[in-house]
Amino acid sequence: MQKINSTMLIEKAAQLLENGTADRVLGWKKGEFDYDITPAVFNSVDQIKKEFVFGDFCGANLSKYLVKETRKGDGKVAVFLKPCDTYSFNQLLTEKRFDREKVYAVGISCEGMADIFKVKQIAGDGIVSVSSDGENVKVETLYDGEKTIKLSDVIAERCINCKSRKCVAYDELMGEEGEIIDSDRFDMVSKIESMSEDERFGFWQNELSKCIRCNACRNVCPACTCEKCVFDNPDSCAQNKAPADSFEEKMFHIIRAFHVAGRCTDCGECSRVCPQNIPLHLLNRKFIKDIDTFYGEYQAGAQVGSRAPLVDYTEGDIEPGEAVMKGESENA
Amino acid sequence: MRKCSLQNLETVFEKISESMTLYIPADTKDGADFTKWTKGVQMSQALNTNRSAKDFFFPQTEDLVEFKTEGKNIEVIDTRKESEDFAVFGVRACDVKSFDILDRVFLTEPYDSYYATRREHGVIFSLACTRPAETCFCGTFGINPAEPGADVSMWKTDSEMFFEANTEKGKEILKKLESVTQSADASDVDGQKKKTGEIMKKLPLSDLSAEKFGKGMTSKYFDSPKWRELSATCIGCGTCTFVCPTCQCYDIKDFNSGKGVIRYRCWDSCMYSDFTKMAHGNSRNSQTERFRQRFMHKLVYYPDNNDGMFSCVGCGRCLNKCPISMNIVKVMKTLGGEDNE
Repeated sequence: MQKINSTMLIEKAAQLLENGTADRVLGWKKGEFDYDITPAVFNSVDQIKKEFVFGDFCGANLSKYLVKETRKGDGKVAVFLKPCDTYSFNQLLTEKRFDREKVYAVGISCEGMADIFKVKQIAGDGIVSVSSDGENVKVETLYDGEKTIKLSDVIAERCINCKSRKCVAYDELMGEEGEIIDSDRFDMVSKIESMSEDERFGFWQNELSKCIRCNACRNVCPACTCEKCVFDNPDSCAQNKAPADSFEEKMFHIIRAFHVAGRCTDCGECSRVCPQNIPLHLLNRKFIKDIDTFYGEYQAGAQVGSRAPLVDYTEGDIEPGEAVMKGESENA
Repeated sequence: MRKCSLQNLETVFEKISESMTLYIPADTKDGADFTKWTKGVQMSQALNTNRSAKDFFFPQTEDLVEFKTEGKNIEVIDTRKESEDFAVFGVRACDVKSFDILDRVFLTEPYDSYYATRREHGVIFSLACTRPAETCFCGTFGINPAEPGADVSMWKTDSEMFFEANTEKGKEILKKLESVTQSADASDVDGQKKKTGEIMKKLPLSDLSAEKFGKGMTSKYFDSPKWRELSATCIGCGTCTFVCPTCQCYDIKDFNSGKGVIRYRCWDSCMYSDFTKMAHGNSRNSQTERFRQRFMHKLVYYPDNNDGMFSCVGCGRCLNKCPISMNIVKVMKTLGGEDNE
């Protein structure tokens, strides 16, 4: 299979503008270096030809931008979605967060994105250029010259544990539709579950105490699209701009995990953007794992309009007490 | 100038710790951060810390005052703890410059006694850079990473650490360290300084110029249509402002503890929707306006009020941490036009 590359997407994006399918395109824009790619709205073919880019550092999930973008004018916006992004896309549609008629979605196959911090850990600082051929990554550094490292060594955590390479929503597909993958994504959750209560508390205390409350996790999260977040509302009793104490710093993340439970598609954006490297996705995965255990396997965003177990009463639902007991016996 | 061998650095740490708390950059699993030194804590080799040294003088949260009510009486309690002396070791030239920028905000009227107390009690050991990263652009703002400044400047070679006092405070502490250091010749670090100068010229951002920005430029950039394009995908988080060594905005809030009220301050971010929210509402309702505020503040408003001094130091933290990789370099290049590249 041919790997999706910049040239193919530039051609497609330009074509969609030229033939009037869309009047703007959501994609990725070149940075100062090879890895600092910025999501961008392209309005002209000229701009696309000059600045559009696609490669191993285009991890940003563009689906959430559709909420804001579809409110601007009547025209259609074209958007490129990787498999995991299509799940967010469906979930947003399920929650009626944007008008499907105003979007032209191009699904693109994906084999995983690279993590620049992993690259830096191996190649060192002073990266002048970085490029990959799908197997190896060539890195040129200021101090150690050229280095070749394996792409598989620098793949992002969320891509190593990829749940699905299947594009579940699109108007048009580039590359193959892909398959749902049997991943090991719950391994770390199980590991944390098997810790003693004190160990587990210690683990999260340590991680969450690093939080600087920048809200990047929340703002990037496609499941967090409230018009006014309770944590930003001065009239709510929960608004705060800093984790005032160790209770507060945990509360923000736990409340957020509860709020997106059953809606989180496990796209992993929260952990990608965290400036403090807190593995926030593990909180969400715990909820996903529990939902799977208690209600049968459920993947948010797999279909539009599906009723998540937590908001869908059925007679066979597990009783809360039973769930607690089951949880306790599993963790014993 | 004084020096010690790197093997004996620990004795220097020990000596400093005898009279004050010492913080050094140490490795964590997520990169380097300033860590309280205790025996065995090793100094990181990393270029810089995740969080800036600003936190020592302007912490993210700080109690200001406490009120206790009993009947019709209100008791006002100063919650400040008597500050103890402390030393911060290994601060890079960019972060050192950030103290100048913060001083101009906090140490002019209205004088901020909370910040001032910490400044008085802190001793800064700076450390010259030898391997700046591709994201470094301190040179754009006239900073020389080979001459880091502050109370004591330090240069690290393969085998030795060199110390040079720049202030009275610095001289005093180097005097205390005489027993664990030897005298050295200033020319011993000339080679390193020259080499760093050469590297600076080769950095990818070495050509970035701030010439087109500075005081009096408000009308030139304020209404630029480019702000909309630049901010189009900004997610409005506070990452850039919180990792920034020079961002100094804060909010003051009251916390009702049930027994009284604690008034505290915490960092605020111009990227947030309720930043500077007043009775009439908010003065910047769109993310574009909030985004513009941040960069205009660094490049135009601060220079307007501070003899042309910029309030960016080119440390590159925002380049590394922004979730969408939008940053001041891209803003300067876009606003300044092609010829600025």
